[in-house]
Amino acid sequence: MSDTAVADTRRLNSKPQDLTDAYGPPSNFLEIDIFNPQTVGVGRARFTTYEVRMRTNLPIFKLKESCVRRRYSDFEWLKNELERDSKIVVPPLPGKALKRQLPFRGDEGIFEESFIEERRQGLEQFINKIAGHPLAQNERCLHMFLQEEAIDRNYVPGKLATHPLA
Amino acid sequence: MSFFGFGQSVEVEILLNDAESRKRAEHKTEDGKKEKYFLFYDGETVSGKVSLALKNPNKRLEHQGIKIEFIGQIELYYDRGNHHEFVSLVKDLARPGEISQSQAFDFEFTHVEKPYESYTGQNVKLRYFLRATISRRLNDVVKEMDIVVHTLSTYPELNSSIKMEVGIEDCLHIEFEYNKSKYHLKDVIVGKIYFLLVRIKIKHMEIDIIKRETTGTGPNVYHENDTIAKYEIMDGAPVRGESIPIRLFLAGYELTPTMRDINKKFSVRYYLNLVLIDEEERRYFKQQEVVLWRKGDIVRKSMSHQAAIASQRFEGTTSLVAEEWGLPCPKWQGETQAREATSLGVLDVVL
Repeated sequence: MSDTAVADTRRLNSKPQDLTDAYGPPSNFLEIDIFNPQTVGVGRARFTTYEVRMRTNLPIFKLKESCVRRRYSDFEWLKNELERDSKIVVPPLPGKALKRQLPFRGDEGIFEESFIEERRQGLEQFINKIAGHPLAQNERCLHMFLQEEAIDRNYVPGKLATHPLA
Repeated sequence: MSFFGFGQSVEVEILLNDAESRKRAEHKTEDGKKEKYFLFYDGETVSGKVSLALKNPNKRLEHQGIKIEFIGQIELYYDRGNHHEFVSLVKDLARPGEISQSQAFDFEFTHVEKPYESYTGQNVKLRYFLRATISRRLNDVVKEMDIVVHTLSTYPELNSSIKMEVGIEDCLHIEFEYNKSKYHLKDVIVGKIYFLLVRIKIKHMEIDIIKRETTGTGPNVYHENDTIAKYEIMDGAPVRGESIPIRLFLAGYELTPTMRDINKKFSVRYYLNLVLIDEEERRYFKQQEVVLWRKGDIVRKSMSHQAAIASQRFEGTTSLVAEEWGLPCPKWQGETQAREATSLGVLDVVL
């Protein structure tokens, strides 16, 4: 068996790592926070918006920092767009809570603090999972959702222009 | 039909002449148990005797003939009725007559061809066995003895490394390298993964050995995949320029040699699956076939110490080795060189 001993100790040649690469900032920085829920409007026309703040150094995102306000139906829109156009299995959103929207409840329904917090956490998990997916990053709807002031529901769906390898 | 040799009046045993000296090898049975069988190689002679023991010495045994067969057959589990025999030899031991006392009949199958290795899989079985039959009017007495056959190969002449750059554009580029494309069953996979671009959050990386058993032909092809091993090679997030070594010892796993299109009935192939997992449990993988072969255990006796060391360093083939073993060593079929990919291969992503 001693001929295998020669193979065991052999190592393949590898390039030494550049120290700036080794100790430099990672190129995969992507953080999205959802916070500061605010309920706007009065009476039955009320709805809650959440601040979606993104910080990244990924070159695929035009802005390295962005902050927009989105409501639950905007997240639903994003989920539908991705399910239709991309090949990925889109993670679930926190629930629609239809029961909370019925009248004659003892509490604030969908404007209850604990519910909003629960929903906020679910939306944060959802958007972080999506935004890190290489195939989702190719979709224009994701970039519009994260970095444009308002969502244009009449936009032209599609992929970002891919750059040919040099 | 009585299959156990314990017919009403006679006990049949098949004994090999070299049972004392012949090695036995472990082989898995269909229900997963491991048993030891006599080990044979291609071209070896199978000789022995069939012994008949009369249970009642006063009762004579009338028969229509006694014979012994050496059979190599492939059995597809979904088609049990049809056995495909690729080796079928028979020797008549006795003409129709009477047995009045316990006796033994010698037999010899000279230089039997055993072209394929014994294999017991999920959907197919290839086995070799001796079968002694005492023909009788109403029911035959049959005794079978399984043997195990190993096919040996030598160090291949061409055994280039596998080196490829794969990834997802602008997200993850890696270059992986395995030192060989053909490994023997006790070999070590020496390799490395070099990260060229890392824009995703990797949590860990592992390498899996996958066995794929393919049965059927044409539109009825069925692949059965089985993950034989999962071996974590990296824990934590790599950055650009990092090189992760791979050292995977194959001897610890239950592997068979690669079997390609055996008698046009089935194949058994092996793949290395490199899997990267990111923080959201997404899996990125690249599968690559490797050829496994069985090396003979026979020690090289007559080589001088110097020559032995020299041949160990030289990883290529030496025809000297094949002669030492004195066994026919099949040529490598369909040599293909693993090409160095110049463009970025695709890394699959599964969410």
